[in-house]
Amino acid sequence: MSSTLTLPDNAPPLKAESKKLDFYYGDFKALKGVSMPVYENKVTALIGPSGCGKSTYLRCFNRMHDLYPGHRYDGSIHLHPDEVDILDNSVDPIEVRMRVSMVFQKPNPFPKSIFDNVAYGLKVRGEKSRNFLEDKVEAALKGAALWEEVRDRLDEVAVNLSGGQQQRLCIARALATDPEIVLFDEPTSALDPIATGAIEELIGQIKNKVTILIVTHNMQQAARVSDFVAYMYIGELVEFGATQDIFMKPKRRETEDYITGRFG
Amino acid sequence: MNRTETLRTMIRKHKRWDMLFGLLGLLAMSVAIFTLVALFVDMAVTGIPRLSTDFFTSFPSRRAAGAGILSSWVGSILVMMVTAFVAVPLGIAGAVYLEEYARKNWFTTIIEINITNLAGVPSIIYGLLALGLFIYTFGLGQSILTAGLTLALLILPIVITTTREALRSIPQHVREAAYACGASQYQVVSQHLLPYSLPGILTGVIIGLSRAIGETAPIITIGALTFIAFLPPVPFSGDPPAGMFDWLFSPFTVMPIQIFNWTSRPDPAFLQNAAAASFVLIFMTLGMNGLAIWLRYRLRKNIKW
Repeated sequence: MSSTLTLPDNAPPLKAESKKLDFYYGDFKALKGVSMPVYENKVTALIGPSGCGKSTYLRCFNRMHDLYPGHRYDGSIHLHPDEVDILDNSVDPIEVRMRVSMVFQKPNPFPKSIFDNVAYGLKVRGEKSRNFLEDKVEAALKGAALWEEVRDRLDEVAVNLSGGQQQRLCIARALATDPEIVLFDEPTSALDPIATGAIEELIGQIKNKVTILIVTHNMQQAARVSDFVAYMYIGELVEFGATQDIFMKPKRRETEDYITGRFG
Repeated sequence: MNRTETLRTMIRKHKRWDMLFGLLGLLAMSVAIFTLVALFVDMAVTGIPRLSTDFFTSFPSRRAAGAGILSSWVGSILVMMVTAFVAVPLGIAGAVYLEEYARKNWFTTIIEINITNLAGVPSIIYGLLALGLFIYTFGLGQSILTAGLTLALLILPIVITTTREALRSIPQHVREAAYACGASQYQVVSQHLLPYSLPGILTGVIIGLSRAIGETAPIITIGALTFIAFLPPVPFSGDPPAGMFDWLFSPFTVMPIQIFNWTSRPDPAFLQNAAAASFVLIFMTLGMNGLAIWLRYRLRKNIKW
């Protein structure tokens, strides 16, 4: 089955594009020929039932699969504007992760201070100047709407923050390095509704500056935060389109069944 | 009988079994604790009157009243230093390699099984290995260095196993978080995994050292002397001045050997010395274990997932 690609006429500039992307865990083919654009400074939501491959697809964008044996990529993901294929063997996964950062499902701050958490990506890049780090950490925490809550206790251990604060800290950590794309893997599934609201609001604020790919189980969340939606099912991209088109007038029957709750 | 009655009868029966099992457990524990306490009290009563500053600052002597444990406690501490210096870096490096770098295949599986097995090898076997390897092959002599290396081999499996456990208890999502920031494998190991597993590693090291400090068999096998009336040379002292590492090649004795020596004397006054020395040895072990618990508590306070 070929994927349905509905590119809007007035499409914004491309940030990335996957072409015929297959992914294997050992012999299991988890992604089947996924071709899809990712538009610059827009939020693209990946939806679909559990096991449909949306997290697998997301984790291709920072080569997270490389940490585990038995993975194999076929096809390509090109990052624009330099057109580099980030799945190519000649590209170091560390280089990819320096350009594309990630926020995980469960808040996963390091058991270090709040400051060290946010500054970590910069330290990995060899940044040592205390002044520069302080400025960057403050900007990232402000960007993640956490600065007011933690400005007086940057030296305290991050794991003592609440779950919602921890997740915003992880967002600050992901933003501090000025990434080109930020990947969100169900960032609110471990949070209560109020913390979820804060994260969604935050995504709305940062999307002007950075391209966002977000996996979500929550249809309303996809409708609220995203500009584009990709519906996946058993490793295939079923439908891709502007959020309002997908939710108001989906082209395919399966998509409609899923978003109206008749299936999944 | 109605339904409720039947239920209640059944619950009462279950509770009786709960109680019986609880009592059995208590009994079993009391036997163990009582034996230990009785032994300890007996030793303390016999030994404590003998404890004095002189006891710590005197060399062994033919007269029980004038004998002390100076050479043996100094020997024990120096041997422990060598053991820790060798076993800690080797053990941690081995564990990090097996847990983080090595591919899981039949070869690493064999290594893993053998490390577990080594922990169960009788300590005298290590003594025989040391006799053949360190003394006859390398010619290191019956020295502090040989003893330290032997005990390091003995506790290496303990250090490796506990370090691996500590590394394994770090959740995968913390590793992923570090990698996602663009860290290399070395950065993940040195800036995250080792600091976070430090409490577990320290516990393993100290448990290993507390085992090593009480080991007698391998030390006897490599021929430690039982009567030593001098201390290893202090670096740069004496005439001609001793070298930096001369003490490593000095003959030595350790606490358990001193105790063993005294218990085998016919004169009961020496038994009193043995009890006092055992008391000191137990406190050395307890002190190390206490340190381990305190360090683990301090360091773990800030490490949560």
